[in-house]
Amino acid sequence: MWEQIRSNQRKSIILVIVMAFFLLAMGWFGGEGFYGPGGGTIGLMIAIIVWILLTLTSYFSGHSIFLSISGARKIKREDHEVLWNVVEEMKIASGMPNMPAVYIVDDPTPNAFATGRSPDKASVAVTTGLLERLTRSELQGVIAHEMGHIQNRDVLYMMMIGVMVGAIALLADIGVRMLFYGGRGRRRTSSGGGQAQAIMMIVAIVLMILAPIVAQIVYFAISRKREYLADASASQFTRYPEALASALEKISGLIRKPSKDADKVNRIIAPSYIINPIPAARGSGEKASLFSTHPPTKERVRILRAMAGGAGFGDYDMAFRRVTGKPVGVIPFRSLEAAEKVEIKKPDDMPAEKHIDRVRQSTDALWRLNKYTFIPCDCGTKLKVPPELQGQRITCPHCGRKH
Amino acid sequence: MEWIVLIVILAVIIIFVGWLIAIYNALVRLRNAVKNAFSQIDVQLKRRYDLIPNLVETVKGYAAHERETLEAVTKARQQAIDVSGLDSVQERARVENMLTQTLKSLFAVSENYPDLKANENFLKLQEELTTTENKISFARQFYNDSVMQLNNKTEMFPSNIIAGMFNFKQAEFFEVEEEAEREAPEVKF
Repeated sequence: MWEQIRSNQRKSIILVIVMAFFLLAMGWFGGEGFYGPGGGTIGLMIAIIVWILLTLTSYFSGHSIFLSISGARKIKREDHEVLWNVVEEMKIASGMPNMPAVYIVDDPTPNAFATGRSPDKASVAVTTGLLERLTRSELQGVIAHEMGHIQNRDVLYMMMIGVMVGAIALLADIGVRMLFYGGRGRRRTSSGGGQAQAIMMIVAIVLMILAPIVAQIVYFAISRKREYLADASASQFTRYPEALASALEKISGLIRKPSKDADKVNRIIAPSYIINPIPAARGSGEKASLFSTHPPTKERVRILRAMAGGAGFGDYDMAFRRVTGKPVGVIPFRSLEAAEKVEIKKPDDMPAEKHIDRVRQSTDALWRLNKYTFIPCDCGTKLKVPPELQGQRITCPHCGRKH
Repeated sequence: MEWIVLIVILAVIIIFVGWLIAIYNALVRLRNAVKNAFSQIDVQLKRRYDLIPNLVETVKGYAAHERETLEAVTKARQQAIDVSGLDSVQERARVENMLTQTLKSLFAVSENYPDLKANENFLKLQEELTTTENKISFARQFYNDSVMQLNNKTEMFPSNIIAGMFNFKQAEFFEVEEEAEREAPEVKF
């Protein structure tokens, strides 16, 4: 596991440097092209400023911006004990230092996501739809997947690369605008060295067209790979890949139409979800396009179900190669070397909780978040008391008892 | 010429010492991880001892004549507490596993009492014990993984030399010796 994190860190640094190089090259050539010799420095400055601004915003507030966009609300243990317990179980299984903050999103579409730039400052959020649809062990699988994202530092990694993609796109946008509105007049005044400048200009234009596309394709490819890795981590943590497989099947079967918050979910945050909440960006479910954030769900399920011999990273890698037919797996070589034999657990024989109980639990959590209190009445009714009526005598609407 | 040779020798020594320090630190890190993982198991085991009397009382109210099962649970709990001070991880694992089994049969028995199953307190205790059981097994899983890493490092060359010099000992697995869990997993396609 540690091998994997280290290998991720190395790769992420290399990728960010390559993308930064693209960004700076775009700035320099753009500057030279528009302002003539010496203008490269100005372009470079603009590129750096754009990058730093975006990085700072997302590093220091990306976390809270994301949670507030999605309408997530922080819960305490009493608000939803099962969810809290499952998160705590997975915290122990993954060996994380601290308990992540737990959030609930009031949304009937089942989904879940994780944020936070390091394992000590992480959050997981799930929708009420997810809580109502999944059994306890399926919920465990989903939370384990999110813990996998946190453990593999995916949130930080995708954020850094996402910012790069954003910066490149923004700079290309600025460049294209200048090309149409500003550049020409300025260029005519400096007649000397016109040829070199024209070449610079062409290079700049090519970069502005290509860089954003390439950056995005790279970004999506990484995002898909991270999903496989998080799936592998989930099965390593739970020792029971079937739980995540059946959870994924349930969730993807239910996200047919866009979630009511799909418009709020912009492309940058979509990779954080367990299944992309924007169906159009998810592809048809059979094949992954160059521009999908997640691998096709069917394939993810098939890989998890093909893990016959064990639940470790090595078993996942083998299943991945068998299902996709690709010669190279998804797990970094060094962590495969360190992988030990991991046995699959037997399904536990606990009877599945009834659907109605799960709905009750998740709606109760929402009531509590809205500061309602509960009074159990002797006739079996549970009275939900709004905050403004607390401390008064309340009559049970069913049997007439006073409380 | 001489000073170049000197610098090269010095550099080699520095790199070598740095490498030794890195191995030593990795061993310390693993040993601490094992210690920490074991305390995680301990916390959950204690939590389970605390929950059981409550559970037994609640079940008694509805299913008093399941005395045998109830007594088995109480006895297994006492046994587990008695050995909890021991250093032998294996002995503790054996006794704790017995406690798990008696709890399982208690919950199986309680399926026959609809009134008990509707009791809010019982449901709460059931969720609490389910999660504690899960946490015990996940903490054990993490502990065993850490032990495996430590033991590999203390056996494999070259870290075994450093481990021997500084007296790093192998750690014991928290193993479940149970027939059913030893069987090969069923394969379905």
